[in-house]
Amino acid sequence: MSTEKNTLLLGTRKGLIVYKRNTNGWQYVGDSFPGIPVSYAISDEKQQKWWACQDHGHWGCKLHYSADQGQSWEEVQAPVYPENEEIKDGVPASLKYLWVLQPEVNGNADHILIGTEPGGLFESKDGGKDFQLVDGLWNHPSRKTGWFGGGRDHPGIHSIVVDKNNPNHIYIGISCAGVFETKNGGKDWHPMNKGLKAEFLPDPDSEIGQDPHLLVAHPKNQKIMWQQNHCGIFKSDDGGTLWYEISSNNGPARFGFAIALDEEDTNTAWVVPAVSDEVRVAIDKSLCVCRTTDGGKSWETLTQGLPQESCYDIVFRHALDTTGSTVAFGTTTGNLYISNDKGDSWDCLNHNLPLIHSVRFV
Amino acid sequence: MNDFTKVMPTVKFTYALKRFYPDLKEVRVQGKTVAEVLKDLDKLYPKLSTYIVDDQGMLRKHVNIFIGNTLIEDKESLGDMVDEEDEIFIMQALSGG
Repeated sequence: MSTEKNTLLLGTRKGLIVYKRNTNGWQYVGDSFPGIPVSYAISDEKQQKWWACQDHGHWGCKLHYSADQGQSWEEVQAPVYPENEEIKDGVPASLKYLWVLQPEVNGNADHILIGTEPGGLFESKDGGKDFQLVDGLWNHPSRKTGWFGGGRDHPGIHSIVVDKNNPNHIYIGISCAGVFETKNGGKDWHPMNKGLKAEFLPDPDSEIGQDPHLLVAHPKNQKIMWQQNHCGIFKSDDGGTLWYEISSNNGPARFGFAIALDEEDTNTAWVVPAVSDEVRVAIDKSLCVCRTTDGGKSWETLTQGLPQESCYDIVFRHALDTTGSTVAFGTTTGNLYISNDKGDSWDCLNHNLPLIHSVRFV
Repeated sequence: MNDFTKVMPTVKFTYALKRFYPDLKEVRVQGKTVAEVLKDLDKLYPKLSTYIVDDQGMLRKHVNIFIGNTLIEDKESLGDMVDEEDEIFIMQALSGG
């Protein structure tokens, strides 16, 4: 059995906010970078080093780490696109957004991956002192003509899944391009999008141009992969070779951004649905979480403790997480909800937070 | 004729940058273009230029640089020429919420 984590890092539009669990439940303990947008915050496990990706409105994307759980922070050089690289012909590539950071790749604290907009994956092998663009992906023949922005101006890498037994075997999720896999440490990449449906493309079965809002793999069996996609919820039982849709036939579980998997049970997952891509608000102005316990064959709609009227909250892709029996999510209107019984009931920890980009148990 | 190798204009900063560089103050640095001025500023205040230009050296969208009262023209490579007597103002644009 895994040990439940007792700290929550929230990347928000107004800073990094921290909650901790004690005998009285979850308590707000403070913030870092007040007023500065934090697009993603995470900790590695071995060193308990916290990482904060900033999207400062004036001064650009910044990357900080803390070796003392947020008491002090050190800025390191954020990834730099090599000179003369282009997003597409005639459009110079520059760093637009830090989407996701994978610390401590397979237990190696020096090995870090960062997914960015406009579509570059960066790798550090010296603990974050220096990041290099992963050329093999950047030079993929589909990139300049087949990748495009989804929700933001340019394509972005928001999901990184590393094979626990092989750090050279990596999956990434790109909006919009799809899932890509490398088996040789990033030298060569191929799309893994068979079975997905891009209803927004002339050819929904296109191998390139899919929009996986979030890609995850089960920690106990990484061949079991899930994605909350722009066009539904999809699952693969064979490491992404073939995807099949598991959206609810007649319930709300279909459109959304986030998905979280139970740490132990390979059949249990949660999503937080929204109406649709054209109407990005809570369904029927009511907030619900959907949970499956049978691998996506059916979905329960969980509402106890969640607002059931005049609610406009949606949940961004990194703003839902779980540890043990605890599930937490943060919303675009600054509400932080927590469940201690796997989603059966919910409490709101705070109604007055800034827009929440990411929620991570550490 | 000016000896540009010794041009040392004055640089003044928006108060907003003091959050990241508490010791930031008006300085005279060397440079005959705005780009060279930023490069010299980094010697005094490491990585300061990364707050002002992006990773490709282009002026950030919400940052303005004035020479005297005039906005610089070359926001891509910061090639505007500066003179010994010039005052360079590094300001944040008004934006956000």
